[in-house]
This record gives sequence, C-alpha cells and structure tokens, in this order.
Amino acid sequence: MKTGTLTIFEKSRPGRKAYSLPECDVPKTPLSELIPERLLRDTPPGLPEVSEVDAVRHFTELSKRNYGVDSGFYPLGSCTMKYNPKINEEAARMKGFTQIHPYEPEESVQGCLEVLYKTGEMLAEITGMEKFSLQPAAGAHGELCGLMIMKAWHESRSDTARKKIIVPDSAHGTNPASAAVAGFEVVEVKSDENGWIDLKSLRETMTEEVAGLMLTNPNTLGLFDGNILEIADIVHEKGGLLYYDGANMNAIMGITRPGDMGFDIVHLNLHKTFSTPHGGGGPGSGPVGVVKKLVPFLPKPVIEYSGKSYYLDYDRPLSIGRVKSFYGNFTVVLKAYAYMLSMGPEGLRQASETAVLNANYILKKLKDDYLLPYDRVCMHEVVFSALKQKEYGVSALDIAKRLLDFGYHPPTVYFPLIVKEALMIEPTETESKETLDRFISAMKQIAKEAETNAEYLKSAPHNTVVSRLDEARAARNPVLNEMSRAAE
Amino acid sequence: MNDFEIKKYSTEHEWVGVDGDRAYIGITEYAANSLGEIVYVELPELGNELNAGDVLGVVESVKAASDIYSPISGKVVEVNEELTDNPEIINEDPENCWIAVLEISDPAQLDELMDEKEYEEYCAEEE
Repeated sequence: MKTGTLTIFEKSRPGRKAYSLPECDVPKTPLSELIPERLLRDTPPGLPEVSEVDAVRHFTELSKRNYGVDSGFYPLGSCTMKYNPKINEEAARMKGFTQIHPYEPEESVQGCLEVLYKTGEMLAEITGMEKFSLQPAAGAHGELCGLMIMKAWHESRSDTARKKIIVPDSAHGTNPASAAVAGFEVVEVKSDENGWIDLKSLRETMTEEVAGLMLTNPNTLGLFDGNILEIADIVHEKGGLLYYDGANMNAIMGITRPGDMGFDIVHLNLHKTFSTPHGGGGPGSGPVGVVKKLVPFLPKPVIEYSGKSYYLDYDRPLSIGRVKSFYGNFTVVLKAYAYMLSMGPEGLRQASETAVLNANYILKKLKDDYLLPYDRVCMHEVVFSALKQKEYGVSALDIAKRLLDFGYHPPTVYFPLIVKEALMIEPTETESKETLDRFISAMKQIAKEAETNAEYLKSAPHNTVVSRLDEARAARNPVLNEMSRAAE
Repeated sequence: MNDFEIKKYSTEHEWVGVDGDRAYIGITEYAANSLGEIVYVELPELGNELNAGDVLGVVESVKAASDIYSPISGKVVEVNEELTDNPEIINEDPENCWIAVLEISDPAQLDELMDEKEYEEYCAEEE
C-alpha cells in the first residue's frame, strides 16, 4: 500500500502533536465546573495526533489528487466543463461585494442589486425570456422552481386537471426527478431515428391532462431538434407549457434562443454555460427565466429598478414565494456577470461556435474508431458508442478507466440511456486544437488496445494512485466513515 | 422454479412465469447483462393493484436506474424480500430470480406478450 493511501488516523501516534503552548499563567479550572458533568464526554475525541510536517504532507498529497479544469482536459458530456476565467474570481473577491450583509438596507447595497438586476436582464436577452429569478441554487433546483411556476399558472386559470409532465427518453435524469418532486406524474415520449422527439408519440401523449413538456435543445445526443416549432405548437395547442432545460445552452448562445423556439420557462446553469466553478460543490446557480405571462409567478422578492434605484419587490401576490434563503448564490451570479461583460455578445456567440466546432472535430476524427449511432453534424457534444469495442469484451467503462492513465477526466458514460455503451464527449470551446489532438490520439490508441489487448483495458487504470474500484461492492456495502471502515 | 406452465417476455425485457393464477415477474438475462451489476432493487408494495405497463419497481445498477414495468395487470401478492439485502442474486440467475408475484387479473394479456423464440429474435434486433 502506498503511504499516500493511509488515512490521517492511521498516521496518528499517541502524544505526537503540532503545537506547543506556553505555560498557563491563570489558575486552571476543572472542565466539570464550567460545563455540566452530564454534557461531558466519557472518552476524549479520537482526533489524529501527528506532527505539523506530517499534517501538511498528508493534506498536500490529498490536494494533488484533485482533478479539475485547471489541471487538465475534462470532456464530461452534458456538464460543460469549460475553463473558469480567473478574472471572475477577482470580481467576486472585491470588498464592495464581500463585506456586505444580506440584511443591509437596499440603499447600502445598490451595487449588488444592480449586478443581480443586470445579470437577469442579460440572461433574458440571451434566452428570449421576459424576466429571470436568480434564486435557484443549481440546475435541478431551477427545474423544480420552473415546474412550480408552471403549476401555479395552470392553477391560477382554474385548470387543475393537469397532473402530468412529458419528458423525452433522452432527457437528463433530473427532469423526471424534478417533475416527480413537484407532484407530477411523468410520461415518457420516445425519440425517432434521428434522435429527435417522435412527433406521433408526442401527439398521442399531449392531452389536456398534461401541464407541460420538459426539453433540452440541443438534446443529450448533442443534436438540435429541428421540429422544435412544431413541438411547441403541439404542446401549446393542448394548453401546455414548454420547459427548456438549459444544460446545453453552450451550443446556441447568440445563435438562437429558447424564447424564439416557443419555450415558456428556461433554467440556465451558470456553472456550465457561464463559466462559474462546477464540481467540488461549485456552488452552482440555476436562474429561471419566464415569458411575460408567467412573470407574476416568479419567486419573490424580484429585483426591480424604479428609474432611480434598485429595490426588492415583495408585493407579488401570485408569486410561488421564496425558493432560497436571501437572493441566490450571489457571488456565483457575480462571476457569470463578469464573464458576460468580458465576453460581450460577439464573444458569447464565438464561444458557442467554437464549442460546436470542437465537438465536430472530435466526431470527425474518431468516427472510424468508435461507433457513431447518430451520424450527423452534432452541436456542442458528440455521443459515441463502445459497441465496436464490446465485441472484444471492452465496455465504455473500461475505456473511461483507461483514459485516466492518460491524465484525462473521462467523458460521461452510459448516458444518454438510449445509446448503448454511450461515451458522451463535450470538449467545450476553451480547449486548443493541440489538446483535442492529444485526446483524440489517446482515444485511438485505446480503440487499438481493445482489439489487441482487451485484458489491459479491463484492468485499467494502471498509472493512478488508486486502481480500479469495485463499484458494485461500494454501492452494495458503502463504508461511509472511519469507524465503519475500522470495523470492516 | 423454472418449470412454469407458461413463460412470456415483454418488450421492456421482463419475464412472466405463470403458475395457476399467479404470475412471477423478473427481468431477463438480456436486461440483467445490459444493466451490469445490480446494487439495489425497489420492490412494489404488497396489495398494490397494477395495470399492465405500470411501474412495478426499480432496479439500480452501477450504470443506471431502470424502472421495471409490469407486463400484465394484477395485484401484488408476494415480493422477493431477499432482494433487499442481496440484490446481486438477480445477476447470478436472472431468469429464475423473481421480483414479485401478481395475482393475474386478465389472463388474455399474456397472449400479447412474446414467447421465448419471439423474444430471442427481438433481442437480436435490439443489438
């Protein structure tokens, strides 16, 4: 076992410490005189006892195992792991933003309110919505919030029979989950041979019991659904609303807008499309935007501008209420605002164009090595299948594990569910051609290894600190803390 | 367990084994193989009245969580409790590991399902 794999508890030695205190120069008082005896623990806490250098080395070693966009290529499909410009962090650390309190009066936080207001305006322009709420904490929270707005709108019109939400079979798993949490019954529609929504199936499913349709466009296959206007008509004719899952917004910024496609509600992932940190807890931010008729239902308070100053509008009787304490993940919103300002409208459009170009470059370069189930120009991500490699007994998981040896974060695997052995690659716009070429050559080498040395792939990774994990055992018998580990 | 009077298959890769008015429901070997190692099974509640096509339970593997659809209508009269602690027994022998037993309410529905040969052809097409 490598020393790096020992826990800090295993490195502990009784009496070893990383501090030395001066002699106490005040009278000592027994703890039991300060704290009631019944509240004192019987045994001292099991804290690790190590020297300072051991503590520093231990955590430095752990920190080196982190992998993020700052360490390397991260083509995790559907997650838009683009580079997070450091200027965003500069903006978020400015004292005027950090040294405030959420209970301050409106007049002393005008700058913060302005940032929120203007970010909302920009997002509305980018998506073709009327107004945004920046409260939702991340994507799935945005979905839930959007569905609550949908429900409130139907109910405000005394249309209470709508208990169902339609979700395509290629949807992100959060869509049916959010619909279920919002109290809807989920109905699935199939995709056609193009990977688009099957219109016949949609017409059959779209009844007056359906509150709305949740859709990602481009969808999770990285394909833009060219029937979107017809889809919107089918849903609207039956009195439903269209919900846009903005996870794939990185493909279309400045090119087309959900509002122009007929969508009524949109959530965005600032931690994907708008370059704020993702993974490791983010935190995320999932603003929700709506068309004009739904504005009264947005969470409150809504930030408004009187012509002279910004204020928080609580007087909104139809609002679904507050969905987050205070005003959302403010500094995340701030980073997205900094990003939009530094990119500008042309820059955002270029980002989307390059994201699409990069994905198509990978598609073209790897389509002879990996099966491409939907062989068309893709948008910002490309979905391959490992079925060719499966003939040699190599699965998508084996390929993902082997990529770790090359120092890459693997792509998303086994999603979307409608592609067998799916490998979903989203390079984003921030990668150079050289990076893409290196990744492509690693993928080509892996495809060759599948034919000549399948066993080597099945036991990958070989060069990482931790070798192949037994995922099934981890899921069946999770060991979640040190005490149960010691008991093993 | 394998000696059902009739064994039928659904397009969603469930099998139905008929024993009198009781129908044993499980997932096929094809389904178990494509799911990979199963780590959790959500069983239906006893007494639930299911219609054909309703969600009977959920199987979760390291790859994905999938709904199990009831191929026929009926009342849940028994569930395989052993799956709660040992979900892996499905992978060991999927075609014999039943998940729940339904009291068949409409035997005619069985005619709409595939027999073994038809199901084999169906799987070959899916590949």
